Amino acid sequence: MSRNPRQTSSFPDAAHDAAAPAPVLSFAGVSMRYGRGQETLRGVSFSLQPGSFHFLTGPSGAGKSTLLKLIYLAARPSRGLITLFGQDLAVLPPRQLPHLRRRIGVVFQEFRLLDHLSAFDNVALPLRIAGKKPKAYRDDVAELLSWVGLGPRLHAMPATLSGGEKQRLAIARAVVSGPDILLADEPTGNVDDEMAQRILRLFVELNRQGTTVLIASHDRDLVARSGMPELRLEQGRLFDPAADSRMTPE
Amino acid sequence: MSAEAAQSFLRRWTPGPLMPRGDVRDASLVFVIAVLCFFACLAALAALAADRAAGGWAAQLQGSATVLVRPTGGESVDAAAARAAEALSGVRGVNEAVALEKDKALALLQPWLGKDALDDDLPAPRLVTLDLDPIAPASAADLGAALKAANIDATVDDHSLWIKDIVRAGAWARAAAVGVFALTALAAAAVIAHAARAVLAARHEIVEVLHVSGAEDRFIAGLLLRRFAAMAFVAGVIAAAGAGVLGAAVRLAGGGEGLTPPLPVAWIDLAALLPCPLLAAGVAALSARFSALGLLRDMSNKDWT
Ligand SMILES: Nc1ncnc2c1ncn2[C@@H]1O[C@H](COP(=O)(O)OP(=O)(O)OP(=O)(O)O)[C@@H](O)[C@H]1O
Ligand SMILES: [Mg+2]
Repeated sequence: MSRNPRQTSSFPDAAHDAAAPAPVLSFAGVSMRYGRGQETLRGVSFSLQPGSFHFLTGPSGAGKSTLLKLIYLAARPSRGLITLFGQDLAVLPPRQLPHLRRRIGVVFQEFRLLDHLSAFDNVALPLRIAGKKPKAYRDDVAELLSWVGLGPRLHAMPATLSGGEKQRLAIARAVVSGPDILLADEPTGNVDDEMAQRILRLFVELNRQGTTVLIASHDRDLVARSGMPELRLEQGRLFDPAADSRMTPE
Repeated sequence: MSAEAAQSFLRRWTPGPLMPRGDVRDASLVFVIAVLCFFACLAALAALAADRAAGGWAAQLQGSATVLVRPTGGESVDAAAARAAEALSGVRGVNEAVALEKDKALALLQPWLGKDALDDDLPAPRLVTLDLDPIAPASAADLGAALKAANIDATVDDHSLWIKDIVRAGAWARAAAVGVFALTALAAAAVIAHAARAVLAARHEIVEVLHVSGAEDRFIAGLLLRRFAAMAFVAGVIAAAGAGVLGAAVRLAGGGEGLTPPLPVAWIDLAALLPCPLLAAGVAALSARFSALGLLRDMSNKDWT
């Protein structure tokens, strides 16, 4: 690639640049409402180049989690166009959803660990779903758990883990299958500063290996220190700090 | 956990159940399915017993025929009966033909003709009883033709009307048993469809995580399929064992020698109970799979997960 992907602008003009590779993800005028309520997202447009790293910031209730939900294919937009891995999601046949989802790793804000399964089984879940044989992934899962500092707790049930431990478990599950896109919703919300740095380093490492990363976070310190670009949501609108005047709210 | 403990955990580790086990092991569900399987087993035994009883009776009737000989012209009725017996014993498919003696014939006829009517003056008809070949019995037409050739005025009763009735009754009993069997299978399928949907609804959070992790509907339905099939198999074993004990008791109580014992259950019939657990598992698997797929499709139409 001719330029550092992490410096790639995430705004639509980048998509018009003929030299740019096809984006992994693009939103064009995307709006989303829950049921008959108000629009939670309004006319959101941006794109992520392969191998880019962005933070998604904004006040509570701005719609960060909702935006991620649209990307990990758990909700459909009420208006606008989303393209993921070159596929227009509006016309995607449902039977192709699982295949696409396997290329996305998600760390949920509320973790969503399976309470009846051990830490080890939780991390192994995406690999099992992908049809891998236990022998083939056993050691990788153990290694990853040690890496997030859960080596001594691999047989523990989620209910017996601390908030930070659950968070690290959720992260391990999201990255275990080497996804093309990693989405993390407040992945450092429950850990101390040192662990937050470690988690960030893990994400940067994955990003270096080619994973496109999008992290929703409140943690202004973390965002500032990382030096990574930021997508800022406010009341459901994407706010471009660099090109404030260019924004054309609908 | 020490490094060795972690190692030994890894060595012994087998993947945990993606759906919590307790959901399907619910005792009341096992009970309902076991009861339905039990009724299905009884219906199967009843069908076999009805078949055997009807077959036994029909075989007995088929093996014999009766000929009523009337006097003609100057010939005495006894002479005519003797001639008839002789003519009939030559027909193919007749093992033996015996003209009943006067007294026996009269005793048999008395209920129809009345006591007073039977005095010596009356030219009472005579009976010829035939023992037919059980494999290829002579037909009524053959017998009639033989009598006509010998110029004897007689009526042949090959019991075919009765046999028809018995065969028809047997068929009805069998159809009824099959109907009960089918109904209980359908009821079991409905119960399991309902339970599978209830499990999915109660565990929609797990379903969501599985979906987001890339699980296909088939995969999730497969989890329920295996779980419900295993549960129904256990219920089927319990039911078959119960029905087997009951069948054995009936067999011991009802005797069983001869073609038509009072309670026509044979030991071999109990073998019909063996497929019960497999059938129950099969019904449960199909039902759980299709109801789960239906509900999952509804879920994803609404919300993609
Ligand atoms: N399932 C839902 N049904 C209805 N409304 C919802 C649902 N989820 C979120 N909302 C609403 O959508 C808006 C945005 O919510 P969202 O969770 O996306 O915000 P957020 O930016 O992630 O907030 P936070 O930083 O607190 O996690 C909120 O007003 C919220 O009430
Ligand atoms: Mg949120």
